[in-house]
Amino acid sequence: MNIIVCLKQVPDTEAQIKIAGDAKSIVTDDIKWVMNPYDEFGVEEALKTKEKFGGEVTVIGLGPKRVTETIRTALAMGADKGILICDDAADGSDSIAVAKALAAAIKGMEYDLIFTGQRGVDDDLGVVGASVAEFLDIPQLSLIEDVEFAEDGKSVKVKRPVEGEVLTIESSLPVLITTQKGLNEPRYASLPGIMKAKKKPLDQKTLSDLGLDASDFGEGARKLKIVELLSPPARSAGKIIEGESPQEKAAELARLLHEEAKLL
Amino acid sequence: MAQGVWTIAEQRNGEFRKITYEMISEGKRLADALGQELTVLLLGSNIKDKAADLGQYGADKVLVADDARLEPYTTDAYVSVIAELTKANEPAILLIGGSVQGKDLAGRLAARLDVGMAQDCTELLIDGGNLVAIRPIYAGKLYAKVTYENSFPQMATARPNVMAMNEPDSSKSAEVADASFTLDDGMLKTKVVNVDKDTSGKVDLTEADKIVSGGRGMKGADEFKILEDLADVIGASVGASRSAVDAGWREHTDQVGQTGKVVSPSLYIACGISGAIQHLAGMSTSKVIVAINKDEDAPIFQKADYGVVADLFDVVPALTEELKKIV
Ligand SMILES: Cc1cc2nc3c(=O)[nH]c(=O)nc-3n(C[C@H](O)[C@H](O)[C@H](O)COP(=O)(O)OP(=O)(O)OC[C@H]3O[C@@H](n4cnc5c(N)ncnc54)[C@H](O)[C@@H]3O)c2cc1C
Ligand SMILES: Nc1ncnc2c1ncn2[C@@H]1O[C@H](COP(=O)(O)O)[C@@H](O)[C@H]1O
Repeated sequence: MNIIVCLKQVPDTEAQIKIAGDAKSIVTDDIKWVMNPYDEFGVEEALKTKEKFGGEVTVIGLGPKRVTETIRTALAMGADKGILICDDAADGSDSIAVAKALAAAIKGMEYDLIFTGQRGVDDDLGVVGASVAEFLDIPQLSLIEDVEFAEDGKSVKVKRPVEGEVLTIESSLPVLITTQKGLNEPRYASLPGIMKAKKKPLDQKTLSDLGLDASDFGEGARKLKIVELLSPPARSAGKIIEGESPQEKAAELARLLHEEAKLL
Repeated sequence: MAQGVWTIAEQRNGEFRKITYEMISEGKRLADALGQELTVLLLGSNIKDKAADLGQYGADKVLVADDARLEPYTTDAYVSVIAELTKANEPAILLIGGSVQGKDLAGRLAARLDVGMAQDCTELLIDGGNLVAIRPIYAGKLYAKVTYENSFPQMATARPNVMAMNEPDSSKSAEVADASFTLDDGMLKTKVVNVDKDTSGKVDLTEADKIVSGGRGMKGADEFKILEDLADVIGASVGASRSAVDAGWREHTDQVGQTGKVVSPSLYIACGISGAIQHLAGMSTSKVIVAINKDEDAPIFQKADYGVVADLFDVVPALTEELKKIV
């Protein structure tokens, strides 16, 4: 089975995010960049599927040169080859444009299955997966916690939790699956894996290599415009409940929730 | 010219979900600000008799797409029908509830219509006749204010539990019309083969009005019983930090935070949770936060409206007893 995993590089979840001087972007100086945590589940599931059915795992990322590191991480985990779409003209593109470029790169390839994360933990959009599926005209299965292939590897059955229900959905292949926690435990790259990754193929492509028009990309082509970034409404420390004993504190808290916050 | 506000009703087996009323209420406010009408799209099977009542929450019109293939929801069928209706009618704004289903639908629909889409908004307003959306990014570490360019309809999903819901006015009823659409079986590539219902009766965390959450301080799976007891008394759902989930004490679907569920209850009680940045990110839009932690320096206290510095194994059972007297 040939599997593609889309990788987004995002700031480490530990990072404090600060607004830059233009009020529209963030300060990137001190940021440690990592693979979007949801994409780790995608890489793991792809590797597990390959171990069972054979085939090849290709990882693909769009972004600046530093995305190479994220691709190498996936290669070190065990993916076979990587593609980096790297083009200054793509800087500042919105999700639909990113998806168009990814779809263009994938279109020429042979694939049965594509994984993306359910959302990037940076802009929290969760649009790229569905859009890649749309532009490739294949079905999507979002927020999947369990994937099971038919013995012949021609169809797939997945579990998708929605509020208060778990749906089992069947689909033919090729299909795009978006991942979430619970799907698997992503492996770490081993030392030999890291060594091997250095020799694995990593192709770099520009927008024009993919037959795309640079004017459809970048800040200027955005359909969703960022007006400004804002700090969240300040939440300051409130009352510390006084009391001689835990029982007294509990009674006082209950009283405040009832009389002051009027929640109960 | 694009005209009117549209929203999509979310229903399961003919029952509307709460998010539907939230979106109608919010959609009506936007429509009023524009001086235009609010139309609700209702998709499902044998669903038409439920349509007029949506007027009670503010729908002016309900457009009904009735077809056996529209129950249960599938991305393929819904996107196909809604894209066709949107192209034919050209609404100015398309608002969708940010539930699991709504976000799935909105992502694909935005690509099909080739428009910008703001996911999971917490505030929507009209400025100069256009939609302005405010949405948390980096799981709430920042907010982005966004607008649309050459993009109609202006699409957004709104986070559950955030938009104020109108009081239903039983004297009102919406004008109901049948939608005309085509649905080609060849486009339907996925099929729901089983639905496993959660019978616990608990509201999903993303929709819960009250949440009691436990972290590593809970010490073990069995100890969560004291949180379940508290939750039962106040009608809350139980969440967890990643540490509690990774320890195997709770299901992964209970995880609150940047890589779990983002929640917006009116009351969030964090027990034995330190308040790591990834956890805070997932619950910072809660209206009232209570922290119970024995370490007075725990970062969670910086965000808590009410803090109790004590051993949770003493406080939680006592709190449950106290609240039994009140509720
Ligand atoms: C990529 C990534 C993503 C992550 N995503 C998430 C996420 O989505 N959600 C999330 O929650 N975390 C997430 N984390 C983990 C996060 O960094 C923290 O490790 C985690 O939130 C800590 O959980 P905790 O507060 O339960 O445990 P701890 O930090 O260990 O805190 C336990 C607290 O319990 C208190 N305590 C102990 N015993 C008692 C007692 N008897 N009475 C009262 N208080 C007591 C202690 O004082 C302490 O403050 C993520 C981490 C990474 C790297
Ligand atoms: N620039 C990118 N390069 C490769 N994959 C991406 C990129 N942006 C988003 N994705 C994929 O789409 C998922 C959802 O991202 P988003 O829609 O940006 O929230 C990510 O988890 C990735 O799998």
